[in-house]
Amino acid sequence: MTRSPAAEPNEESVYAGLVDVDGDASQWAFGAGFDDPLAGVDTTVPAGLDRTDLAAYCLMLGDDALVLAQRLAEWCSRAPELEEDVALANISLDLLGQARLLLARAAAADPRSVPELPPDSPVPAEDALALFRDPGGFRNVALAEIPNGDFAQSSLRLLLFSVWRLALLERLRASADPVLAAVAAKGVAEVAYHRDYAARWTVTLARGTAESRRRTRAGAEAVWPHAAELFAADPVELRMAGAKAGVSPEEVRPACEEVLEEVLAAADLPRPDLAAPTRVRGRAGEHTPALAALLAEMQSLAREHPRGTW
Amino acid sequence: MTAPAAVDEERLNAEFDAVIARQDRVEPRDWMPEGYRKTLIRQIAQHAHSEIIGMQPEGAWISRAPSLRRKAILLAKVQDEAGHGLYLYSAVETLGVDRADLTRRLITGAQKYSSIFNYPTPSYADVGTIGWLVDGAAICNQVPLCRSSYGPYSRAMIRICKEESFHQRQGYELLMTMMRGTREQRAMVQDSVDRWWWPSLMMFGPPDADSPNTAQSMRWGIKRHTNDELRQRFVDMTVPQADALGVTLPDPRLAWNPERGHHDFGEPDWDEFARVIKGDGPCNAERIAHRRRAHEDGAWVREAAAAFAARNPAGAPAAATRGGRG
Repeated sequence: MTRSPAAEPNEESVYAGLVDVDGDASQWAFGAGFDDPLAGVDTTVPAGLDRTDLAAYCLMLGDDALVLAQRLAEWCSRAPELEEDVALANISLDLLGQARLLLARAAAADPRSVPELPPDSPVPAEDALALFRDPGGFRNVALAEIPNGDFAQSSLRLLLFSVWRLALLERLRASADPVLAAVAAKGVAEVAYHRDYAARWTVTLARGTAESRRRTRAGAEAVWPHAAELFAADPVELRMAGAKAGVSPEEVRPACEEVLEEVLAAADLPRPDLAAPTRVRGRAGEHTPALAALLAEMQSLAREHPRGTW
Repeated sequence: MTAPAAVDEERLNAEFDAVIARQDRVEPRDWMPEGYRKTLIRQIAQHAHSEIIGMQPEGAWISRAPSLRRKAILLAKVQDEAGHGLYLYSAVETLGVDRADLTRRLITGAQKYSSIFNYPTPSYADVGTIGWLVDGAAICNQVPLCRSSYGPYSRAMIRICKEESFHQRQGYELLMTMMRGTREQRAMVQDSVDRWWWPSLMMFGPPDADSPNTAQSMRWGIKRHTNDELRQRFVDMTVPQADALGVTLPDPRLAWNPERGHHDFGEPDWDEFARVIKGDGPCNAERIAHRRRAHEDGAWVREAAAAFAARNPAGAPAAATRGGRG
């Protein structure tokens, strides 16, 4: 038995708060009243930085995050356990947050990157880019877009993706573009957790039961063929690296190999070949059929209401 | 002459009644009457199941949210519902049942969840309406439970009510924004309110005259107001919000009654309510099938986590140490 606490929520005062319709309801919406991740950051594009390249580069990193966030959200209400449902939603939300900042940066750096909408459309640039761009305009790697498969395949994809993205973001903290540097600084802590989560599940499933081991090996067969693309540099990435604003993915390959080696040795799983010829060049707008299907669903409602306000 | 065991039981009962009378909290290790324990298990489990099934109607829109900001808001909200389910399953586990068993009872239909989640969500406005009306009705039901006589439940409810109130504001803000949008968007909002108003009123349960368990639950301090009292409170609270929004509530009998100091309103279709509870609502089968599929598809993962944790107690994912739950 415990004594009633003195300060309990008062029923009547809670109701009073609810009927207060005169207040500014927008203050209750997520995205307003929260800390602005770019607060205090100078958002002018540094002199000498090519704006088209900066926009294209932000789209690459932003699309990777957006498309994988969409895939991870498919797990919502379908995960093997409630704890996993919550964790996967967290990871999806982190990546969605990164995507929004990066797409907004792309639009600011080069407004021509944003699809044209009716002149009276209130759709913000981040949504025009995410929801009104055709598949060929997307610059994400195929690893982000391939279907989830089962929980083992999803864990392996997340492992590979976050090992790679963490290595990129760690270096991008020193980007000559202050916005990219700020996004990277925030993203490093997030993606370090994603990597840890995926690594723990990879080892657990690979060493759990005969069934989970069989599924984990099948997952590796589905995911590993998309590893080499991550490290094949696109000309935009090379130019951005040359301008000290981006990172060449070739540069992070040894570090990624080392981390993967450690996790996959603990899991006793085969390693992906990071130097194999690439099958798809997502950075150039080439994609597997899975992307068009993903986007058709993701964009359907927004495209029905090009003048809608949400 | 009374047997010693009966004397003992009588004394425990008297102590329990005194705790309730003083409005103190009953805690998991305290003695409690078997009826109290059973009623609480049913009540908290139903609430937990409602949170988990409640992820589906709105969750169906996450992939198609019309802006990235709305996608983030919606995913975070549905994630909160999973979190609420977790707190509540933990609270009910203190009464000696476990989550795997409760999940089994949910997917076999042995335990119920709120019948509101058996209605479909054909439009994005439904995301806003569920926040405004369904979460609003849930808050009316749940705020008094922050003073439930059972400690773990009352503490879980304090946290849940704070988040629900946030969700209600978000839902209302979505509708407000859509009402400022295009003609089609305004029509979507009105259509959605038309579909959800009566089911929301049913969330308070049958009229007091047909609610046999209410009196005992109120005596035990695990229910604080009758169904009709809460329904009235909800109507009074919602009418000015509907006015501010610019929508019409679909009830021709809805009118302010100055003598009562409350709104008069029409009678929900209690036959429909009974049908939906019995399993014959528009989405009952789909909701249970979705939950069952997720549970069955995840069985091999839970088994793997349990097997791994048994061999490596320190190195498993946090959830895995819960051990192979059914």
